[in-house]
Amino acid sequence: MSKVTVNCPNCGAPVTYSYRASVQAVCEYCRSICVRTDVDVKKVGEVGDIPQDASPIQIGTEGLWKNLGFVVIGRIAYEYKNGGWNEWHLQFNDGSTGWLSDAQLEYALSWPTKIEVKLPPASEIKVGHSFHFANNQFTVSTQTLANYKGVEGEMPFQTWDKDECLFIDLRSHTGRFATLDYSDKEPALYVGDIVEFEVLKLRNLRQFEGWPAK
Amino acid sequence: MAGEMSTPPNPAAGGKPPRPRPATVPKATALNCPKCGSAIVLRTFSNAVNVVCESCHAILDASDPKLKILEEARKRLDITPLIPLGTRGLWKGHTYEVVGFQSRAINSDGVNYYWFEYLLYNPYAGYRYLTEYNGHWNDVTVCHTLPTPGNAGIKPQMRLGDRSFTHFQTAKAFTTFILGEFPWQVRLNDKVEARDYIAPPFILSSESTPEETTWSMGEYVASSEIRDAFKLKADLPSPMGVYSDQPNPFGDDSGHFWRRGWTFVIVALFLVIGTWVMAKRETVYSENYHYKQGEQAEASFVTPEFDLGGHTSNVIVETNTDVSNDWVYIHYSLVNTDTDVAYDFGREISYYSGSDSDGSWTEGDWKDKAIVASVPPGKYYLRVEPEKDPGSQPVNYHITVHRDMPTTWFFFIAAGLLLLPPLFISMRSAAFEGQRWSESDYAGASGDSSGGDDSDDSSDD
Repeated sequence: MSKVTVNCPNCGAPVTYSYRASVQAVCEYCRSICVRTDVDVKKVGEVGDIPQDASPIQIGTEGLWKNLGFVVIGRIAYEYKNGGWNEWHLQFNDGSTGWLSDAQLEYALSWPTKIEVKLPPASEIKVGHSFHFANNQFTVSTQTLANYKGVEGEMPFQTWDKDECLFIDLRSHTGRFATLDYSDKEPALYVGDIVEFEVLKLRNLRQFEGWPAK
Repeated sequence: MAGEMSTPPNPAAGGKPPRPRPATVPKATALNCPKCGSAIVLRTFSNAVNVVCESCHAILDASDPKLKILEEARKRLDITPLIPLGTRGLWKGHTYEVVGFQSRAINSDGVNYYWFEYLLYNPYAGYRYLTEYNGHWNDVTVCHTLPTPGNAGIKPQMRLGDRSFTHFQTAKAFTTFILGEFPWQVRLNDKVEARDYIAPPFILSSESTPEETTWSMGEYVASSEIRDAFKLKADLPSPMGVYSDQPNPFGDDSGHFWRRGWTFVIVALFLVIGTWVMAKRETVYSENYHYKQGEQAEASFVTPEFDLGGHTSNVIVETNTDVSNDWVYIHYSLVNTDTDVAYDFGREISYYSGSDSDGSWTEGDWKDKAIVASVPPGKYYLRVEPEKDPGSQPVNYHITVHRDMPTTWFFFIAAGLLLLPPLFISMRSAAFEGQRWSESDYAGASGDSSGGDDSDDSSDD
């Protein structure tokens, strides 16, 4: 099995990496951020409580995308001056991983994508600029300077050393969606689709008092 | 990474969620307005960025536990939403709650035109809007796909999916009144450039600030649908005028009516050509007569018998006279010798001529043609009874009886009748479109067909 359980270097409680691709996990008891290396696990930081938010998604939520099942295994919460959003880390049945973003109940799926084109530095990108990659023409729709608000669950990379990050969102004429993450020196590109809530057939969602359950 | 996996997890096939979490059930948060102390309920949980006090209309920071005041109400303007905040309804497959309300306006030639926006919320499906202007409602969602500019032309086009939208109006829109909560920053007098493109019943709108442009798609909905969905007790106001994306009740059908009308006209044309070709055009009787009033005791007489052959068809009685500045009236009776069925008709033939200061003139005609339709075959004779003023000039006349002559008049009447409905519908449709476009940036121009010269002429009027 790919599941690995280790003891939290901080408090000794069990910390599970359910998926082989997971690099980082958060101890549920002491909230230490635990990064897995080849030999052991080390504590690299701590997260505060993620403030209660109103996303219907939670760790453990399951869904379907193009007949492929997925489960939510991790979450990064971001905040910016006009609100906040979540990036939910997805583990698909075929072993691949992806991201489901929930920005005030607008949902988008995306996957890390490698392209040949060299992307310009963030300072040269303005709203309205167009780029051609991944077989689509993408136009910059927003630039968002955001802060990490918190992290939970399992991550495919380390997040502890990140603070402020710049995101550039792009839209296409074909309903596709892309995000450029400028939190590292080299921008990371994620390409995917904006989706309607119903399409994902989500289960194990949070419940809201006074609202019909989903 | 997939290749490295020895055993892929299969959550969809009953695999356990990786980690149990204590179930948390968010509740609507109850707070108090720091300005006036009234109760404030956050209906959209932490999705709310700003909330506007329903009592004093102060704009508050919903992300701040103390609800910091961002902007106080400028004046005690009060608008009561037609659908009260907190109302829920089953709409487009989800239960939605009205959580926010805005009044916005554009200014055109010094006049403000106001419309109202209702923000709907479902904790899973997210947000959508209802907009209302003069009783016209639209269901609006944010577009996920960027539209593509189409033909520039007089009215620029935008394409989205398989629809083409025509530019209707560009205006500066500003916010005039706010209630409830919003997942973005709201302020009175927020300004955007709003562009509307229409493909009734759809409207594609963009709102631009210097930072970003967002697109949304509206669909025209009947107010009764909204009243039923949200179980409103009172009827919503009746729509006034024609709204930009209101479907034309005559528009979609007029093409269909024209096609059907022309099809029947072509059928009628074939019929008339057929009768023209098939007509026998026989002359069955021809004779000269003379009449002087008072010459004989009995003016009437009968002609010898003649045969009307073939099938039931028309008979044409032609009368040529030499009347000049005079008249003659002839009473005809076409009588079947076997059945005594008679076709009676009278003809007045008068012809006058002269000259005056305007030159020479004539009135009437010295010849006449009478058509008797649908006469069955058989032996017939004509009973003829001429009549004139006592003492008038005698008249010489010639009677010719034709059998089965082609006629075309019925075709023109039929064509006219057949094309009347599409013509009527097209006129109604055009009137509706005229009303629609009179509210647009293109008011005054007479639509797509108008050339530059036409619009110059109309502006001179």
